[in-house]
Amino acid sequence: MEYHLDLPVGSDVIKKLRVGDIVYVSGMIFTARDEAHHMMLEKDKEDIPFDPSEMALYHCGPLMKETKDGWEVVSAGPTTSSRMEIFEDKFIERFGINIIIGKGGMGERTEKALQKYICVYTSYTGGAGALAADKVEDVPAVYWLDELGMPEAVWIFKVKKFGPLVVSMDSHGGSIYRDLKKG
Amino acid sequence: MDFEDIKKGVVQLIKKAETELPDDVIKSLKNAYKVEDGVAKIQIDAILKNIDLAKESGRPMCQDTGIQTFFVEVGVDFPHISKLKDLIVDAVKKATMEVPLRPNTVDPFTCENHKDNTGEHIPYITWDFVDGSDVFITSLPKGGGSENMSKLGMLKPGVGIEGVKDFVVDEMIKAAGNPCPPTVVGIGIGGGADLALKLGKRSLLRPVGVRNKDKTIAAMEEELIKRINDSGIGPMGLGGKTTVLDVHIEVAHRHPASLPVGIAVQCWADRRARMVIHSDGSWEVE
Repeated sequence: MEYHLDLPVGSDVIKKLRVGDIVYVSGMIFTARDEAHHMMLEKDKEDIPFDPSEMALYHCGPLMKETKDGWEVVSAGPTTSSRMEIFEDKFIERFGINIIIGKGGMGERTEKALQKYICVYTSYTGGAGALAADKVEDVPAVYWLDELGMPEAVWIFKVKKFGPLVVSMDSHGGSIYRDLKKG
Repeated sequence: MDFEDIKKGVVQLIKKAETELPDDVIKSLKNAYKVEDGVAKIQIDAILKNIDLAKESGRPMCQDTGIQTFFVEVGVDFPHISKLKDLIVDAVKKATMEVPLRPNTVDPFTCENHKDNTGEHIPYITWDFVDGSDVFITSLPKGGGSENMSKLGMLKPGVGIEGVKDFVVDEMIKAAGNPCPPTVVGIGIGGGADLALKLGKRSLLRPVGVRNKDKTIAAMEEELIKRINDSGIGPMGLGGKTTVLDVHIEVAHRHPASLPVGIAVQCWADRRARMVIHSDGSWEVE
């Protein structure tokens, strides 16, 4: 099945998504790599300057360019998701994430959290940085740029038809990665 | 000698490597597109579209513009050998602003970002000396995702060549989708620990589809391509027929007690570009 989703979406929509489905998302997404996960989990929820539950979480350290009109995305493909495995279950619970975009898949802890909190993990083609950047319409904000640097900072992207994303771990316990490992 | 002009040449070299893939890699990806279907075909399709878009728009194809890595062959009669290192380092700083490149060099402990892609030992430059007065520079930007899947095996010589092959296949199955397959796998066998890894990385300079000149090694490359592709990991680890575009092996003599095997993994964005600088300062990016 192919889905075109306007973010945010509710649990009813997430439950429909199954491993192997193709998804395109429109709306707001935020980037977070290891350091941003760590930092956000250490903070009080009221000190987070945006509402993560309204957005998809994108494992990405983009290449950005500052222009006189603000920030422009040059290249922004996904980064390896397994680095975030040690944080992700807590992150999903704390911030009410229900769509994750990354590459390479995640482990058992995340798999359990996806089922418990009704969330999906989707894969975007690794390295397709120019293609991804092309789907970003606006960069309304960036947080912790000075502390974390360009790749690790949290960037807010307004995207249109961002994809194709492959549902590779769903909220029903399905995982393309686990099935392939078993052979 | 117009050193500023040569610096422009090195910036152009970096830009070419970051924005355009070599023809041999594109050809191999197009072949993969033909044989794949379903989710795997969608991945290769996105990769090919991304390659076209990056070239047309002059933007880096991947946001991970890598650690700037250069292999330099210096003609011993080149008149300005002492200037070359500074030229490359300055060109990396300039390219960071102009291409642009993602600032990718951080302090190993404090994580402080150096912001210009330079730092201790970085850019990473390998020097070799050759006859003549020309200098050849190959740029091989190396992304973190694929580099993290590098492996060193100090195998027991008793496991023999079959043991070496099993080690490589097992490690690539464990790496699964993480290094952004379909990958090019570079393997160094023999030498010591550092040389095995170095040979593995250096073998990535060889174009995709070109076999080792030694027939036995070439056959081993072909066997490994088949075995890794038979794993079914596929593009991006989402299942499919193409997990590697190629496997390259280089060898060195070894200590009788050691059988080092170094694996260097390159993502589908097998970025390579080469330039020549002549003794009069003129240059061409090939």
